[in-house]
Amino acid sequence: MNVIEVQGLHKSYADTKAVDGIDLTIAQGEIFALLGPNGAGKTTTVEILEGFRKADSGSISVLGFNPSQRGAQSRIWRNRIGIVLQSNADAGDLTVEETLSHFAKYYSAPRDVDEVINSIGLDEKRSALIRTLSGGQRRRLDVGLGIIGSPELLFLDEPTTGFDPEARRAFWSLIESLRKGGTTILLTTHYLDEAEALADRVAVIAHGKILEVSTPTQLGGRATAKARVQWKSDGVMQEEFTDNPTDVVKRLSAQFPGEIPELQVLRPSLEDIYLSMIGEKNE
Amino acid sequence: MSKTNSLPTTITLGVARGGLEIRQFMRQRESVVFTLAFPIILLAIFGSVFKTTLAEGVTFSQYFVAGMIASGLVNTGFQQLAIIIPMEREFGSLKRLRGTPMHVASYFIGKSILVFVSMAIQVFLLLAAGMIFFGVQLPTDPYKWITFTWLIILGSAASTALGIAFAVVPKSGRGASAVVSPLVIVLQFFSGVFFVFTDLPGWMQQVAAIFPLKWMTQGMRSVFLPDSFAVREVAGTWETERTFLILLVWLIAGIFLAIRTFKWSRD
Repeated sequence: MNVIEVQGLHKSYADTKAVDGIDLTIAQGEIFALLGPNGAGKTTTVEILEGFRKADSGSISVLGFNPSQRGAQSRIWRNRIGIVLQSNADAGDLTVEETLSHFAKYYSAPRDVDEVINSIGLDEKRSALIRTLSGGQRRRLDVGLGIIGSPELLFLDEPTTGFDPEARRAFWSLIESLRKGGTTILLTTHYLDEAEALADRVAVIAHGKILEVSTPTQLGGRATAKARVQWKSDGVMQEEFTDNPTDVVKRLSAQFPGEIPELQVLRPSLEDIYLSMIGEKNE
Repeated sequence: MSKTNSLPTTITLGVARGGLEIRQFMRQRESVVFTLAFPIILLAIFGSVFKTTLAEGVTFSQYFVAGMIASGLVNTGFQQLAIIIPMEREFGSLKRLRGTPMHVASYFIGKSILVFVSMAIQVFLLLAAGMIFFGVQLPTDPYKWITFTWLIILGSAASTALGIAFAVVPKSGRGASAVVSPLVIVLQFFSGVFFVFTDLPGWMQQVAAIFPLKWMTQGMRSVFLPDSFAVREVAGTWETERTFLILLVWLIAGIFLAIRTFKWSRD
């Protein structure tokens, strides 16, 4: 079953086409990442799917529901989704626990508050006022508020911006645990390593259009791209592009008596592929 | 994952939000001081400066307390909400709420509870300070207390609705106070809070008569001043029915505008 189905999505602001004909299909239990530079149309697309903005045209189904509908059905629909917005700066005169307990009341089958506090790693901060939290801790609370209603579908808009590497790893394992629970996740991110670590599929979006949808390992022909083999010979770096790096390494190991000096086999990183796709490779 | 439990009702969540709003309010020292203590400070200043007697048994303090209680309805409702809501909008709190299954009516109920509680505290403090330090006398006639009760309920409800409606006007959260506070202060001057209303220039009285604060102050005077003072009002009477109708019209207009104009986010 598909959780999200979008066809021919369009949205313009004044004279700019923010979203210019997007098709998307996201299956149940999938973690799907939207990648793209600022202004590519990521947030507009996600906010239409979240029901915050109305599309100009296109057919949209999120959990079988058109997000722009209002009324009682809309509440039932919102009960099934979780949203982590891009930025939040609440005045923060409530504690972590008070905030989560309160938001839990909004849903018909919320998750256990203690369990959520534990999963976002804020056990020691449960009685701290939100305004005393660091940026990363605040962001984790945002995620906690997104998952408190035990959503079937979770939207994460740039969830780890401003995290240190350790916090990012901790966040990734939280997402992994949600995946195991069967939650479908639509993630937008600037971080290619994040998309690679988490996403089942990624879509690259630029100028309001989707350039490609693929798995992180196959995006932009990455899996079939030529490998680059590097080594040192007579004090000079050598390199060779090949479809069969194993053969090259075999040949080299026959050529050199022992260790091949400074041997490296390189494949294009997701970032290399992404940057060449959006045409912003700045070297 | 099936959700067999039903969603909580709008009223239940509204009451839960009210509790949360009050807790937040009490933790913000600035808002507690600004909303609750400032009127007492004004009472202290005006009560000490103007020691005149306006009529037999009517001190300026008595006149002023009636006006300040009416102002309290505007401060805790209109002013408080028209400042807080743009900030909540700017900081993204409203957008986050909108992403949940909570009904917008629960949010309004929560705000109304916040207004009602902060208003009750303010009125109590004003009356207590007035009685203790400035010899303000409470009415003994039970009819006056009935008038007092509907004035408080109707005035505070209209003030709440108009505050939610006006919250769409300030362009930014940080700038909201600069837009709203001067407006309220000017309205207080025009409506006979700081001066005796009938001493004001005629045009000022006419402008004030459009807005609800003038009617709230006049209504409160009918509660806290002796009936013999009514002849000194503009119409020569307290105009009680008219006050009721005008406040009711403002309440309905306020609710209509609040529902029509409410915005969860700036764009």
